[in-house]
Amino acid sequence: MRRILSSSYLGILLVMLYAPILIIIVFSFTEAKVLGNWTGFSLKLYTSLFEGGVHHSLTSALWNTLIIGLSAAVVSTLLGTMAAIGIFNLSSRQQKAVQLVNSIPILNPDIITAISLFLLFVSLGISQGYTTVILAHVTFCTPYVVLSVLPRLRRMNPSLYEAALDLGATPFLALRKVMLPELKPGMISGFILAFTLSIDDFVVTLFTIGNEGLETISTYIYADARKGGLTPELRPLSAIIFITVLVLLILINQRTAKKTNMKTI
Amino acid sequence: MYFGKRRNWSIPYVLFLVFFVLVPLALIVLFAFTSEAGGFSFENFRKFLMHPEAMNILIYSIGVALITTILCLLIGYPAAYILSRMETSRARLLVMLFILPMWINFLIRTLATVALFDFLKLPLGEGALLFGMVYNFLPFMIYPIYNILLKTDQNLIEAAEDLGANPRQVFFRTILPLSYPGITSGIMMVFMPVISTFAIAELLTINNIKLFGTTLQENIYNGMWNYGAALSLLMLLLIGIISLLNTQGSARAAEEGGLI
Amino acid sequence: MQQKPDTSIITVQHLSHAFGGKTVLKDINLSIGKGEFVTILGPSGCGKTTLMRLIGGFLKAMEGKITIAGKDMTNTPPHLRPVNTVFQRYALFPHLNVFGNIAFGLNLKKLTQEEIKKRVMHVLKIVTMTDYEERDVDTLSGGQQQRVAIARAIVNEPEVLLLDEPLAALDLKMRKDMQMEIKAMHKKLGISFVYVTHDQEEALTLSDRIVVMREGEIQQIGTPAQIYNEPENSFVADFIGESNILNGIMIKDRFVEFAGHQFECVDKGFGLHEPVDVVIRPEDIYIFEKLEAAQFTGKVTSSIFKGVHYEMMVTTPEGFEFMIQDYNSFDVGQTVGMLVKPFDIQVMKKERLCNTFEGTVIDKSHIRFLGNNFKCDEAQRYESGASVKVSVDFRNVILHDNEEDGMLSGSVSFILYKGDHYHLTVLTEGDEHIFADTNDIWDDGDRVGISISPDTIQVAND
Repeated sequence: MRRILSSSYLGILLVMLYAPILIIIVFSFTEAKVLGNWTGFSLKLYTSLFEGGVHHSLTSALWNTLIIGLSAAVVSTLLGTMAAIGIFNLSSRQQKAVQLVNSIPILNPDIITAISLFLLFVSLGISQGYTTVILAHVTFCTPYVVLSVLPRLRRMNPSLYEAALDLGATPFLALRKVMLPELKPGMISGFILAFTLSIDDFVVTLFTIGNEGLETISTYIYADARKGGLTPELRPLSAIIFITVLVLLILINQRTAKKTNMKTI
Repeated sequence: MYFGKRRNWSIPYVLFLVFFVLVPLALIVLFAFTSEAGGFSFENFRKFLMHPEAMNILIYSIGVALITTILCLLIGYPAAYILSRMETSRARLLVMLFILPMWINFLIRTLATVALFDFLKLPLGEGALLFGMVYNFLPFMIYPIYNILLKTDQNLIEAAEDLGANPRQVFFRTILPLSYPGITSGIMMVFMPVISTFAIAELLTINNIKLFGTTLQENIYNGMWNYGAALSLLMLLLIGIISLLNTQGSARAAEEGGLI
Repeated sequence: MQQKPDTSIITVQHLSHAFGGKTVLKDINLSIGKGEFVTILGPSGCGKTTLMRLIGGFLKAMEGKITIAGKDMTNTPPHLRPVNTVFQRYALFPHLNVFGNIAFGLNLKKLTQEEIKKRVMHVLKIVTMTDYEERDVDTLSGGQQQRVAIARAIVNEPEVLLLDEPLAALDLKMRKDMQMEIKAMHKKLGISFVYVTHDQEEALTLSDRIVVMREGEIQQIGTPAQIYNEPENSFVADFIGESNILNGIMIKDRFVEFAGHQFECVDKGFGLHEPVDVVIRPEDIYIFEKLEAAQFTGKVTSSIFKGVHYEMMVTTPEGFEFMIQDYNSFDVGQTVGMLVKPFDIQVMKKERLCNTFEGTVIDKSHIRFLGNNFKCDEAQRYESGASVKVSVDFRNVILHDNEEDGMLSGSVSFILYKGDHYHLTVLTEGDEHIFADTNDIWDDGDRVGISISPDTIQVAND
């Protein structure tokens, strides 16, 4: 009885969480301009999404989002990993100080980060565009990379690095051949996190993207919504993103579950 | 002392943090205390006190954030508790399902919520606003509580039972106090972003309700940088005070923010 | 047994090291011969691992000089030193398999794949792990990981192999087997082994020479037999094997008094009536029923069967307790006779006869030492501000259960049973040692308060 009750509780919550997404997916298979009108099954939105030229501004926004996301993720993974290694070797007092500042972008509301960076760029007279968006994204992504790499360093057997030196590796080779393989899982999750944070970001992007017509998916939707509606092609796009992420996550989940099972045997 | 220690590797990032985190925050302070004409002044704060509109929006936003936080806690705690009692692999999948909607752009999610309300013929307004907020932030409450409950030593619960506590007492005297750290970090992760959200409220209330985040954005967009900075500083102070009152919760929130 | 310099592979001269201002090694001098098996032995925190890490190059020496294979390597980084290390928890690279781990050093040397394969297979045979080369390291048992760690080190053909408590993580049975294997490997390879352990039995079994350390200082260097039979001080005697340690007085050459009796011994060269420490191993006391032949008598208070022998505690009428090991069992309560042969009595110079401190006279009734102002009767005889030597008898140091009850507080760092009392070493908050004799039972690490009665503080001009 209790089991049924608790399962149904979770069930209701999940239905609530997924209802809006389901609506988007369902209505991606109809042609209606307004979300909520069913005008019969059609794949037209999917085909027009992929037809070049038809929705030029949406495709370019998609590309911009991906380019910004990848650049920000690459830069913050490199910067954050390097920083984590440095922080790990600092005295505990210095570590605390750096980690405190590191947590500011995480705890700060988006809008504060956005305004503060906006003020920085206008004060310096830097024209806003790709570079400023990427720098801004690196600012709020890197702290997460640091936080996902540091625990791996703390958990790493400190003798591993010394063993590599002992076997004749220079400090650089010991880093490349022993430390990096150990840090890799942390770097990968940091990279994925940075990428998703970047493509999901709206507020910081809006404040640092400038007014030269550069758009990401987020700013595109925002402009769209303010105009009073949603470009119909966003429905199939969201559906595709959602299904891809869902499949990926389930695959990752199964793989890790298998791995942990094998470890316990 | 070790050969080849790499403490210097922190220097680029420290410089980066100074330039892109500390200096911009200092700029907010600087702009806040500068008048439109330039020069030090309290003009912006005077303006805030003179015009109750911004203050009302701030108070209203705090109210919305409080109610959202309480709703998330009331709805999220039982969910986290049920999940923590489940067999691990099933629970992991379900937790994943709870987090998954976060991967859809929040503007699209919000527009979909609007569509849902239209579809169900429900009116947009405060109710829709709260639904949208809870919908957006519930996973941030469930996850830290689930995490802490999962780490709770099962022996402590059995010890409480062994010492004669009934299920009710076990919950209120053992499980709940032990999960406080998760609750506090959950509160931080919901309350703080809700105060500052912008765009969600407008979309869900057809521009009838504005939250403080929108006020900030509008001022900056209309070129009132100094006034906008002053309002930002007020918000920063508010958030600073909350974090200081709850240093443990914010530290945990900072760590766990990375896991979602 | 001292090695001549030309045959030594490692020499350590005046080596000192500190962590955050706390000295962990004090003026270490040591030389290790070619092909020698040297064990650095001591309790945890004695500095043995620091010494090994300095030799390996993982720490940079603050003072002193380290020479390896005739070259000054004090400032050489680890990857350029001709030594290899077997780490405490093996430190196998988890992302590489057994072959990858062992080939790690060879790959760095850019040997041909053929050569690498040949050498890896060769060492796998030495450590009896043939056919394991494709295995993941985390699927191996502790003993197997240990073997891979050794193989990974010796495949580089180092001049010296450093082993840092390599068997600490293994269970008893496995440990015994691995001891034999390590010993055999040492013989086969012919290189020097420097072995760090806290296990005295392991040290006695494996080593050519043992270096006993305590609190950053070398206590004794010698062969296992020397260390066991002729310990140089009561710490070594207590740390290595079981022993009866007693206060004694050297009556004259070859004649010592302890436990209320006088015994013939083989030691000489002490001063007349000089206080000494006497060590007798439990198996060196003969125990029998005939009281006429006995040097001294006592009553058996306990008897435990230990597998090969019985371990008995015997108390003499004078109140001294002896531990005796014998193949024969005697009943509890039985009066027995005992006898010790002259060469089984090891007489050692006492490190100190009482506590001595540098002090300053504060006023007519106070003296400052150990960072505290102590009330002192003798202070009136000295001028204020004078530097003096303060001495306090071991018996007159009073220890309190409650830290607040003492003038200063500290923790018990070493306990020596002297047959009729305990001799405690207490480490104060200010990192100073105070020695106290007491009949109370304390445990290692106990927090205590320390006080000294004003009439028992003796003062002399500096």
